[in-house]
Amino acid sequence: MHAMSGRTLTQLAALLALGAVLLALGLAIGSMGWSPWTEGGDTMRLILWDIRAPRSIGAWLAGALLALAGAIAQGLFRNPLADPYLLGCSAGASLGVAALLFVMGVSPAAAALALRVGMTGAAFAGAVGAVLLTLVLARGVTQSLRLLLAGVVVGVVLGSGAALFTLMNPDILRAMQAFMLGSTGYVGWSAVQVMAASFALCLLVALGSSRALDALTLGEDTARSLGQRLTLIRLLLIAALSLATGAAVAQCGLIAFVGLVAPHLVRSWGPTTHGALLLLSPLTGGALLLAADIAARWVIAPQELPVGIITALLGGSYLLWLMHRRKAHFGGAGGAR
Amino acid sequence: MNGAARFPAERDATGAAARVDLGRVPALRIELRSLSLGPREVLRPLALAPAPAAWTAIVGPNGAGKSTLLRAMAGLLPFDGALTLDGKPWSAWPAKERARHVAWLGQNEAASDDLTAYDVAMLGRLPHQPWLAPASAADHAAVEHAMRQTQSWDWRERALGSLSGGERQRVLLARALAVRSGVLLMDEPLAHLDPPHQSDWARLVRERVASGGAVVSVLHELNVALQADTLVVMDEGRIVHQGAPDDPATHDALQRVFHHRLLILRVQGRWVALNA
Repeated sequence: MHAMSGRTLTQLAALLALGAVLLALGLAIGSMGWSPWTEGGDTMRLILWDIRAPRSIGAWLAGALLALAGAIAQGLFRNPLADPYLLGCSAGASLGVAALLFVMGVSPAAAALALRVGMTGAAFAGAVGAVLLTLVLARGVTQSLRLLLAGVVVGVVLGSGAALFTLMNPDILRAMQAFMLGSTGYVGWSAVQVMAASFALCLLVALGSSRALDALTLGEDTARSLGQRLTLIRLLLIAALSLATGAAVAQCGLIAFVGLVAPHLVRSWGPTTHGALLLLSPLTGGALLLAADIAARWVIAPQELPVGIITALLGGSYLLWLMHRRKAHFGGAGGAR
Repeated sequence: MNGAARFPAERDATGAAARVDLGRVPALRIELRSLSLGPREVLRPLALAPAPAAWTAIVGPNGAGKSTLLRAMAGLLPFDGALTLDGKPWSAWPAKERARHVAWLGQNEAASDDLTAYDVAMLGRLPHQPWLAPASAADHAAVEHAMRQTQSWDWRERALGSLSGGERQRVLLARALAVRSGVLLMDEPLAHLDPPHQSDWARLVRERVASGGAVVSVLHELNVALQADTLVVMDEGRIVHQGAPDDPATHDALQRVFHHRLLILRVQGRWVALNA
């Protein structure tokens, strides 16, 4: 990686500043709409510290984790449509949560056990378990296409497992729906700590592999001919991808589109190496999800919208716009330049 | 842009083409018993050891196994047999050290919208860079030299994906040259290059050879291949002949594998092949 370009540094500074502004907004907006920290006494301090601060920081971290996972997935599989959920993470997490909710209704003893695992634990175990199953079915990490297909199979099978649990006990439908839509409403300080630690670890692994991902853009053979140990790098990146996605999904449910859109947004600003992409995408994803979270609290306050609906609306519209812009530029998808 | 420009040779004070320091040129050797892709045996018993300070061109009809042989020589395909570098098994070399000795330019390397032409050429320096270390002055100098050699320096800030096929091929060629390896393997490097740039490519190869490097290229353009030092003629997964381009036995071998549908003539001191 040659030294970071001036443009990347400017973007980095701008995204950090945007994150700080959004964080301040996140602290100033509560369930009753605009209520900055200058008003109210001890109660407000409590609300700020115990609710708004962890929720806002947590939303930023979850967005950053998903965007980092998305950037890793798109680089690793050399597919701009790859997202954090492509190795079966989302279906696995859903199955974990559905199984937990189902077990809770079976007997008091099972419920006690389920409570100890918790939704977070079940979602994380499901997400990571799904990736492991994908790896087993793909017989390792050496073939990208096999991994993608195995991810699709695992996604479909585990997803139908989750649907089966929900069908067998319709009482859990509402909780499942909330999980599927995603929410940042229940993020506390412990969740923030887990996500921050996961983010630091995954970012380190990703940045350490960034030049290998650059080489991979020229094809696997070229990357290998340049002395890149692709099997090791794939393993590390898939571990980082799973940890980042698992940590975000476990705390906030299945938040749509952030992981797909954030890397695209960064790319739309100009050619970029993976070193810059893997650094800027999380900052973009964090800002996106925090902005969506603020909107979710504000738009129909004191009611709250599920944040996943806002990210889906924003992300979907952005991708649609991007698609049309590209078409105008190149005269058709994938057209000759 | 620069459509008519040619690959300029770097000149030293005396006007001779400047030599590139390729370090020690190792001896690459492949002894292959069999190579199969799926159920199909693509390569049959063969041996090849490209000479240093020489250009070897591999030619033959479609499906002869030329590209597969080159990939096997680059250590990119497993096969039954032995691949050695300086007599030491390929797998015994650390991956990066191996990559500093043997560079490979593939056929239809993917194009990415994300990297600039300069970033792509800089990838050629990966084998020289310690993990996480930024590019050194020597890396930047090697990249600039390679991009100027292939006349792609003017597009260094453009995304690779925004370049035309020929422009992209010259950036990818710069990427392979920037490795500064003793052995350079190129699979159909002339794809998308117009005739003047094909001649310039041949001159670049000559400069590389003058610096002591071993160059091996798979070529469909027989007229360019006939300028090589050695022609390796392949058919049905075998090497049927190895020889100099002016050797009548080489011409016979070419006629055989191309079903006598060639006219090989000497024009202005150079061998050319025409469709019969």
